[in-house]
Amino acid sequence: MRELQAAAITDAVSRLAKEACYFLPKDVVDKFDSALESEESETGRDILRQLRENVSIADAEEVPLCQDTGFTVVFMEIGQDVHVTGGDLNEAVNEGVKRGYEEGYLRKSMVTQPFGERKNTGDNTPAIIHSSIVPGEQVKITLLPKGGGAENMSALAMLKPSQGRQGVVDFVLNTISNAGPNACPPLIIGVGVGGSFDKVTYLAKKAILRDVGSRNPEPHLAELEDELERRANDLGIGPMGMGGRTTVMDVFVEEYPTHIAALPVGVNIQCHSARHKEVVL
Amino acid sequence: MSEKRITTPLTEEAIADLHSGDRVLISGKILTGRDAAHKRLVELVEKGEPLPVALGGQIIYFVGPSPAKPGQVIGSAGPTTSGRMDSYSPVLLELGLKGMIGKGYRNQEVRDALIKHKAVYFGAIGGAAALIARRISSAKVIAYEDLGAEAIRELEVEDFPAVVVNDIYGGDAYQEGRAKFERKEATGT
Repeated sequence: MRELQAAAITDAVSRLAKEACYFLPKDVVDKFDSALESEESETGRDILRQLRENVSIADAEEVPLCQDTGFTVVFMEIGQDVHVTGGDLNEAVNEGVKRGYEEGYLRKSMVTQPFGERKNTGDNTPAIIHSSIVPGEQVKITLLPKGGGAENMSALAMLKPSQGRQGVVDFVLNTISNAGPNACPPLIIGVGVGGSFDKVTYLAKKAILRDVGSRNPEPHLAELEDELERRANDLGIGPMGMGGRTTVMDVFVEEYPTHIAALPVGVNIQCHSARHKEVVL
Repeated sequence: MSEKRITTPLTEEAIADLHSGDRVLISGKILTGRDAAHKRLVELVEKGEPLPVALGGQIIYFVGPSPAKPGQVIGSAGPTTSGRMDSYSPVLLELGLKGMIGKGYRNQEVRDALIKHKAVYFGAIGGAAALIARRISSAKVIAYEDLGAEAIRELEVEDFPAVVVNDIYGGDAYQEGRAKFERKEATGT
């Protein structure tokens, strides 16, 4: 059994928070560049150019790409042969968030009592932590700062099984259409299909972590991803909703077996500031 | 299509010349405020008490910046979603507010109030927060310091990039832009 100090997890989370908020993943930046070539709207191209320049400034100055540095979502895949010592694992993650957001000049956006006093916790904790146990003796940590604007336009539907594939397509496109400019397009769309009320939104959230341009290895899902991407871009919403061909950068679909009575669909919307960073300890 | 340069405070003539879809560069002093500050301002208006800021001719930018690093005037400072201010904006427009900068849809009530009170809603580029920060040459908190990122600030901006979304003629850049590029078979329903 391998031992891993809780302090090492705190250090890693702190660093991931800063790096995720300053440096946009390469697959997303490359997509900005290719969209600049294909976008037909002049205003759309102008916006994409400014987004590209924003990436360069944030990178050079090590400042947040977007002032909304999000809820801090942390996925941990914990090897079953790892023993975390020297502290509480979840506290170690939250300590890392607190330190990273303070040291990195990141905005603290978490408030208590959502329909009441809404008092800022002051350090962006608590993080939204998803842990899973996997084989092996390593810990993989993925940190996803998730902005409020795009999260607010995400949606869940418990469809009837008879609505089938068409029902899924309609719900995803309607969700993107309703989001329009609010969610900061061009978007990345994570779609979960199946499982339960909770599982389906988890699948959707995990899906937005995939690389732009990747396809689900299951042919029927890859085909759905292609169709959704094409039809979402036919909506005409365009960069920041001002009209154009680039409404989504990509659509990713993940599925899970479900109940005989159920067809849950979750759509998690990610803005163009599609930040995430991972490390394996 | 080139940008129109405008300066604050906004005059009637400048506003009359702005049309949905116009790209603009804004210079001068603007105010900031988002959910919590709007709530307080409207509560004061309802109680008939004076506001801590004068709104006549001004622009409010819906933003909650990230903390400034040492040597920076302001941290990253892109727009937040404007729809959350919809229930407050008509009250402030009635008091003479002439412009708002944010991102995303406004409701019918706000769009009607813009026409009635001759004011404009601008869309800034959400997520271009590091770039926008470079167009801000000074920032000072002028009210509600206890709100932190949500305090009301006065910013001096130079060539702040935005697009006219809703003008005084009922134009809407989101609807018009989308209609131009939509391929109808998209929704298929």
